[in-house]
Amino acid sequence: MSAIPKEEYLYKCTSACAGCSSSLCLRYVLKAAGPDTVLVVPACCTSVIQGAYPGTAMGVPVYNIAFAAAAACASGMSNALSTRGKKTNVIVYAGDGGTVDIGIQSLSGAFERGTNFLYICYDNEAYGNTGMQRSGATPLGARTTTTPGGKPTAKKDLDRIVEAHNPPYMATACSAYPLDLYKKVKKALSIEGPKFIHILAPCPPGWRYPTEKTVEIGKLAVKTGTWILYEREFGKLTINGPSKTAMKKPAPLEDYIRGQGRFKNVNPEILDLMRQQVEQNIQRLSREEAGVC
Amino acid sequence: MLTIATGNKAVAAAVKAAKPGVVAAYPITPQTEIVEQIAEYVTDGDLESRYIPVESEHSAMAACIGASAGGVRTFTATSSHGLLYMHEMVHWAAGARLPVVMANVNRALGPGWNTWAEHTDAFSQRDTGWLQVFVATVQEAYDTTLMAFKIAEDERVLLPVMVNLDGFSLSHITQALETVDIGDFLPPYHLPHAVDTENPCVYGPMTFSNDYFKFRWDIERSMRDAKGVIADVEREFAERFGRSYGPTEDYRCEDADVVVVAMGTLGKEAEVAVDLLRDEGIKAGSMRLRWFRPFPDLDLAGREVVVIDRDYSFGFGGVVAHAIRSKTGIEPYSVIAGLGGQEVTYNDIAGFVRDRRPGEEMWFGVSEHV
Amino acid sequence: MYEIRIHSRGGQGGVTAAKLLALAAFRDGKYATACPFYGAERRGAPVVSFVRIDDEPIKIYSQIHEPDLVIVLDASIMDVVDVLQGLKKNGTVLLNSAHPISGCNGICRHVDLTGIALATNLVVAGSPILNTPVIGALAKMGVVSLPSARAAIQEMFSDERNVKAAEAAYEELKV
Repeated sequence: MSAIPKEEYLYKCTSACAGCSSSLCLRYVLKAAGPDTVLVVPACCTSVIQGAYPGTAMGVPVYNIAFAAAAACASGMSNALSTRGKKTNVIVYAGDGGTVDIGIQSLSGAFERGTNFLYICYDNEAYGNTGMQRSGATPLGARTTTTPGGKPTAKKDLDRIVEAHNPPYMATACSAYPLDLYKKVKKALSIEGPKFIHILAPCPPGWRYPTEKTVEIGKLAVKTGTWILYEREFGKLTINGPSKTAMKKPAPLEDYIRGQGRFKNVNPEILDLMRQQVEQNIQRLSREEAGVC
Repeated sequence: MLTIATGNKAVAAAVKAAKPGVVAAYPITPQTEIVEQIAEYVTDGDLESRYIPVESEHSAMAACIGASAGGVRTFTATSSHGLLYMHEMVHWAAGARLPVVMANVNRALGPGWNTWAEHTDAFSQRDTGWLQVFVATVQEAYDTTLMAFKIAEDERVLLPVMVNLDGFSLSHITQALETVDIGDFLPPYHLPHAVDTENPCVYGPMTFSNDYFKFRWDIERSMRDAKGVIADVEREFAERFGRSYGPTEDYRCEDADVVVVAMGTLGKEAEVAVDLLRDEGIKAGSMRLRWFRPFPDLDLAGREVVVIDRDYSFGFGGVVAHAIRSKTGIEPYSVIAGLGGQEVTYNDIAGFVRDRRPGEEMWFGVSEHV
Repeated sequence: MYEIRIHSRGGQGGVTAAKLLALAAFRDGKYATACPFYGAERRGAPVVSFVRIDDEPIKIYSQIHEPDLVIVLDASIMDVVDVLQGLKKNGTVLLNSAHPISGCNGICRHVDLTGIALATNLVVAGSPILNTPVIGALAKMGVVSLPSARAAIQEMFSDERNVKAAEAAYEELKV
């Protein structure tokens, strides 16, 4: 942790919920990116977390933009700054709704065009800002205000969609592993072109667990193999430390599910399907890393 | 240089002269020729600019917003469904006080598919905070696009400008065009609130009613100031390049008993109708509305007015007729004509004047007074 | 004002012919407007374009209903379109054909533009180019001057065969 700079670009006056992991992630993202950075933020929790006019908790310029438009706005920003000879980092910091659902078209367009920027999706697996409605990133079985009986379909595999654009760098991260996130942001920003980081960001009010459990829930997501930490540099996959162990011997899925109110009513059949999905994902990535297709 | 060009190519030529740092656009008939020509300028090195071939009009305007805020002059072009698809971002560009210039080639809206001229697309964006101007000749399309950058970027305005030209009937017709060496007519792009990492600011965060209200009033204040800025820019343009237009183009209005008010190419064709009517002894004049936002001050007192609307607000009436009624107190004869590219000739327009029934509305070709 | 209606099929160059004619008229010091009438854009479908030439600025944008001159670049169109519709009394017809037209009540001209294009090897993607030779024929008819016709073609096309074809049409057309 000693490598992480002491300078803060997210001040202690955010409007985040207690135990919010996405603001924790943003703190490390900005430490990695440094002051020559512009953040482009679509409608998401960060629209609120940054604070209301005329105050702000942000130490770098933040350009707020409409829900579906973050990647496109960043395209324009990135091109403008580079024509002005600037090396400024342009980073989209968007929630899962603004990424996997309403914003996926502009995300796809910006990646296909080779835009030089970093797109970070912090994923709390629902529309958290509006009070936890389901998104395409909500996992199977999870209760939200629009899936009161539990979500009947699986989480959209955003990473494989992004991977199909062959970006020079993409990675997953989790709020419970801030040093891993910090390093990934650093690496991403050292590469030219469209970069992508997908952060799992547990949400106490949305996932219905006590605020002090935020780090623990994140670690369990990784230890159970539900969330796998990896990097893909120019297509080459590397599984990162914590997930290497987890993939060999994952902790029981129940350890992750048990502490979250959103999974309270998951029945054995759904749990079995969830387990199968975790296993399939582990196997797919293991095979790919081993060079077996 | 004297040459000939289509309305679309004239717009593209003006954009080349204005040297935007970023052009982000998506093709749509009948606007496509503009973005094709700009893409060619950029590829051939005739225009040093980033052309961002976005995947939708929503993204076109979002990219223009990012680029304009990022500190460079920005242009886009669209039409009809494209304009409606970007509607959310059209509001955003104005609210963010960004001097984006957009050419909108006026076209009808589906269903059914119809690519011909109509003004409903532009009027659907009437309340977004954009300045809106409608042109009628190839030369005017060129001149107005150039002036649009200067007006938008003036610190008294800092609002986006939409230059409207009729689909096909202006976008695709060929007329003479004199392109100019603009010299220092357009100063270097300077946005006082451009993104600056040396002075980090937050743009468009959550804003509560009292502050939000002030920002809205500030848009309106700038819209009102824009009238003077438009006049200043037109005066300077006339001094430098010898051509002037004004908020309206008035033709034989001084002693007219009846004035035809129309926009775009129909407003120009109305002048031919006026000549016909004058030959018949009817003291007619025509007033072509160029600027629609900010809405100009009109002098129509004591005249009868025939308004031609190439648009309609369902359940209410013609948008221009409504504007004339509310701004002048005159009850016009409201003619709805030219929707979906309906052919309207100067003979037809003369007929509207001869058969005028002030206070009534007539749908041309439907033969029904309402 | 002199009003011209050009009949052709999509892809035959009627729209470009209208632009060329407007440019040539403009080089003669006149005002000119070329208006293609666009329907659904399909190769091979009958299309019309309009050209107005005048000494005063042209303010008319609507279609031409009573032309002074009708140009038919493809004679087969006459089977499906009444090309003579609205033609002014004593109006002129110019037909791309080796043979004269019958049933025309005005002044009828014909010139084999297709033959000229083929003889000049002015063929693109298998189709003879008609839009440049027709300007030569129109110069012979006095619609524009020959130097302006040449200048207009050279401004829009770099291939000298276009000028040659126009000159050939100028020579061949009998007035």
